[in-house]
Amino acid sequence: MLKKEGETRIPAGCAISGFINRSGRRTNGSVIVNSIACMHDRSNGLGGGYAGYGIYPEYKDQYAFHVFYDSNEARIKTEAFIDRHFDVINLSRIPTRKHPNITDEPLIWRYFVNPLPTKLQESQLDERTYVARCVIKINDKIDGAYVFSSGKNMGVFKAVGYPEDVGEFYRLDEYDGWAWTVHGRYPTNTPGWWGGAHPFALLDYTIVHNGEISSYDANRRFIEMFGYKCNLLTDTEVITYIIDYLHRRLGMPLDDVAKVIAAPFWSEIDSGRFSPEETAKIRHFRNVYSSLLITGPFSIILGFNNGLMALNDRLKLRSMVAAEKGDTVYISSEECSIRTMSPDVDRIWSPRGGEPIIVTLDK
Amino acid sequence: MAINYMNPLFEVVRNYDRCIKCRVCERQCANEVHHYDPDLDKMVADETNCVDCQRCVTLCPTRALKIKKNENEFRENGNWSQQVMDEVYKQAGSGGVLLSAMGNPREYPVYWDKILLNASQVTNPPIDPLREPMETKTFLGKKDQEIHYDENGKAEFKHNPYLELDVPVMFSAMSFGSISKNAHESLARAAQELGTYYNTGEGGLHKDFYKYGPNTICQVASGRFGVFKEYLDTGAAIEIKMGQGAKPGIGGHLPGMKINEEISRTRMIPKGTDAISPAPHHDIYSIEDLRQLVLSLKEATDWKKPVIVKIAAVHNVAAIASGIARSGADIIAIDGYRGGTGAAPTRIRDNVGIPIELALASVDQRLRDEGIRNNVSIVVGGSIRSSADVVKAVALGADAVYIATAALLSMGCHLCRSCNTGKCNWGIATQRADLVKRLNPDIAYKRLVNLVHAWDHEIKEMMGGMGINSLESLRGNRLMLRGIGLNQKELDILGIMHAGE
Repeated sequence: MLKKEGETRIPAGCAISGFINRSGRRTNGSVIVNSIACMHDRSNGLGGGYAGYGIYPEYKDQYAFHVFYDSNEARIKTEAFIDRHFDVINLSRIPTRKHPNITDEPLIWRYFVNPLPTKLQESQLDERTYVARCVIKINDKIDGAYVFSSGKNMGVFKAVGYPEDVGEFYRLDEYDGWAWTVHGRYPTNTPGWWGGAHPFALLDYTIVHNGEISSYDANRRFIEMFGYKCNLLTDTEVITYIIDYLHRRLGMPLDDVAKVIAAPFWSEIDSGRFSPEETAKIRHFRNVYSSLLITGPFSIILGFNNGLMALNDRLKLRSMVAAEKGDTVYISSEECSIRTMSPDVDRIWSPRGGEPIIVTLDK
Repeated sequence: MAINYMNPLFEVVRNYDRCIKCRVCERQCANEVHHYDPDLDKMVADETNCVDCQRCVTLCPTRALKIKKNENEFRENGNWSQQVMDEVYKQAGSGGVLLSAMGNPREYPVYWDKILLNASQVTNPPIDPLREPMETKTFLGKKDQEIHYDENGKAEFKHNPYLELDVPVMFSAMSFGSISKNAHESLARAAQELGTYYNTGEGGLHKDFYKYGPNTICQVASGRFGVFKEYLDTGAAIEIKMGQGAKPGIGGHLPGMKINEEISRTRMIPKGTDAISPAPHHDIYSIEDLRQLVLSLKEATDWKKPVIVKIAAVHNVAAIASGIARSGADIIAIDGYRGGTGAAPTRIRDNVGIPIELALASVDQRLRDEGIRNNVSIVVGGSIRSSADVVKAVALGADAVYIATAALLSMGCHLCRSCNTGKCNWGIATQRADLVKRLNPDIAYKRLVNLVHAWDHEIKEMMGGMGINSLESLRGNRLMLRGIGLNQKELDILGIMHAGE
């Protein structure tokens, strides 16, 4: 019998694409849908999804939860949980458009919430940790409920199907964002589950990922010590938790996060390429955070509250190109998808393995 | 005269067509098995004391010798094997405790041999260690996660003391006394060249070897032999020996006849006296006492050196390890029941303790369940026999391994398991000057280096096949393992799936 996502580990090949406008200018979601459509052959119809940033300006201070429900019972249970922990400002079904290639959809709901101040204080946690714990709890404990997006002024939209169909299904042409990322999936063995599609998200962190990491279980068993539960058994999930841990919880800047997860080789460190101070820091990282090193092929685009980061594994075992046009930066598995979005870019290049591209909004 | 009920265990088979009566076998055998009979004008043998160490066989210039199991048989009995009967005769004759050497030789399951490794196909490329960097360096010690950044974005972090290993293999504790000075020198020099560490065992450190301090782990055992400030300051790390896989629950024992001038000086005990370590440390009757010793040793060495606590793998090893991980120790060394020794009571060696594979799996999981795995590194030994065992150990959760039996083999040991007699024909487990000089440190150290280099190459090949290019990403990566022929309980303890799943 075929096992569902989360019951077994499923390797997947993929396509990813994304862009960010530094000055915060918002672009319609249809642009990103077109960019992935031209990489159709890199997906196999078993998963596609998007993350858009800056899409909920009217609710920019609330956490936006996007939730899949298998049943109304799961929804009732989850809403009771949400009511106990949050003040719900607005709730509705996420608007969708019937699409012949997208079938078997679960119930898809959206909630704009604030943490209940009394509950938050009682928990002795900071606000973001509180929200993250609640999300992990729903996903881990309530059968048939899955929170797949939980950040502020951003949202994830994903489904089983080809990504361009998923974009139409979710009516992305009705959303505008200053950054978008997209993922088309090519899993090798899965009946397809909506929650298993990418991006994977926690708070405002989203990850689209192409690759199959060989360090998976080493990473998973380490990060689970810090309150995370890897329920989906996917690379993307564990990478998201690692970044959340290093960036949000330990306060590490993203370029240092990249030095942990795609650490320079010892041959580079010993070559004197880095300053003595930098060398000492990298040596320390390779000692202390060694269980968070990610090996095997990956290219990822991380979205966060004010920017994007793109990163390749240290051997660059997956394709990834970047380009610039004015104040917009594009990243994709293939150049063709960038040309779809912007035919005459100012500059296009192939980032080296392990060297992050970090783009943030101008203040 | 009373009847000697003991049969020789072995038979010397000599091909007289080949024997040239050069008498090498006679000179080489400290057990005095061979001698030349002038009346017969030929070499003859009295096998009573033969231990099958293979020295004569190896050195016979015409390959005229073979040592075979004595084919003489007692009447077959499924319950009373010949060995069991022999042991009864032996004890009825001597009235003493049976003594043995080296690790438990009984046919218990070897879990390493029931675990298979993964390799990449299609979805993820294997990595070729001949063409791409492949890293087996690792660090041992507490991995404090905290980090701060100042207002200029400069990282501020605390260094905990650590060991840096170029290969994830260290030489396990073998005291000067249990093994010869030449054997010690070989281990020290090999550790230095390999960028790893060897371990003094509980016998102190010979003055001549202080220069290898940066590659030395100084052991503090219950007898405290040879322990003083300079000794502690010299090593790279300090190991508190609580127990040993070959003889959990009892201390070391070095007979007075082995305590010569040099050993007496190194151990700081009178010449010719028995060196008997107490079973417990008499200042450690509980976990809080261990904490005090860990902290005292750290205080004595200015908090500069990592402290290892070595324990034998016993039934409740996970709970014990959890206590140690909270004791201030930086590294836990776990020694499985197959671990070797220079001398141990046979019944203890063969019946006490548990397999290292199971102990390692449950300790690693327990520490992760409690969220304290990064408080300590885990080193396992007893017994690691090959690079495949190393890879499986790391994937189960070990940071590095200790080897000792394999190290001795590389120096010539043939596992005759007679170290306790002090008559090691290979010059390893002996203090007799004429035997010690048979082991040439210039050659032996090179063989140790070769062995570990060879393993390192093999580790890299296996890692590359799995698409992993750093040892760190293999550590605890149990998805890379599958069991074969194991029942569900065993799989659950090992935390792995069965082959085909």
